[in-house]
Amino acid sequence: MTEFSFWFVIGLTVLSAAVVVLSNQLIYSAMALLLTLFGVAGIYVFLWADFMAGVQLLVYIGGILVLIIFGIMLTNRISSVRLSQTNVQQGVGGAIAIWLMILISLVISKTPWYQADAIEPTETVAGVGTLLLTKYLLPFEAISLLLLGALIGAALLSRKEN
Amino acid sequence: MQELNTYLFVAAILFSLGVFGVMTRRNGIAILMGVELILNAANINFVAFSRFGGMNLDGHIFALLVIVLAAAEAAVALAIIINIYNNLNTINVDEASALKE
Repeated sequence: MTEFSFWFVIGLTVLSAAVVVLSNQLIYSAMALLLTLFGVAGIYVFLWADFMAGVQLLVYIGGILVLIIFGIMLTNRISSVRLSQTNVQQGVGGAIAIWLMILISLVISKTPWYQADAIEPTETVAGVGTLLLTKYLLPFEAISLLLLGALIGAALLSRKEN
Repeated sequence: MQELNTYLFVAAILFSLGVFGVMTRRNGIAILMGVELILNAANINFVAFSRFGGMNLDGHIFALLVIVLAAAEAAVALAIIINIYNNLNTINVDEASALKE
């Protein structure tokens, strides 16, 4: 059962990611991106990263995806056919993407990865919180400053000129 | 399920699809979706290495920082795209090549 759900999540992620980049309708791409992000959250669960799965759902699906759909709605006349869009130079792009895929697969299969045994933790929230406020305090503060700056900049950029 | 390589291959597929989307899409928002796929692929790698490297949580912190960066990037990129749409009435990046109106 676990094995089946694992491969189901993997298949869902990969297939919907293909729809994201291949679909002709922008809104279908956004909906497929929803499934992809959901699948990635499922992969985090299989990797014992419960906190990351929650953050993925909250920030990616609840924040970024809603923002992207807002962007689609604001920049297209919904009733018009311009909502559809086409890819250009699919041959060259596909060739480069497949070449990259082959290259990365070779690297993955030929490298003897370091692996250590571990026991499954009951939760990771406490560990992540401790690390964020001790070992990674400076990156944590820097990224919050960056987020503040980016959000102020985005608000400034998108408001009406007067 | 207990194999590191499975996760790495999934991340590689997501990364390649994202690169394909960034290269071939014309619509600015669709390019942004490709970038999100690439960032998610990197995140899967971080968390997978964290899990199979003895469950130390440093990889989770890196993935967390990547998610925050993705949020900031999406906000700024959409603000820029909406500005381009207001000025040029298109968000196809090949048509929006003028630096000045």
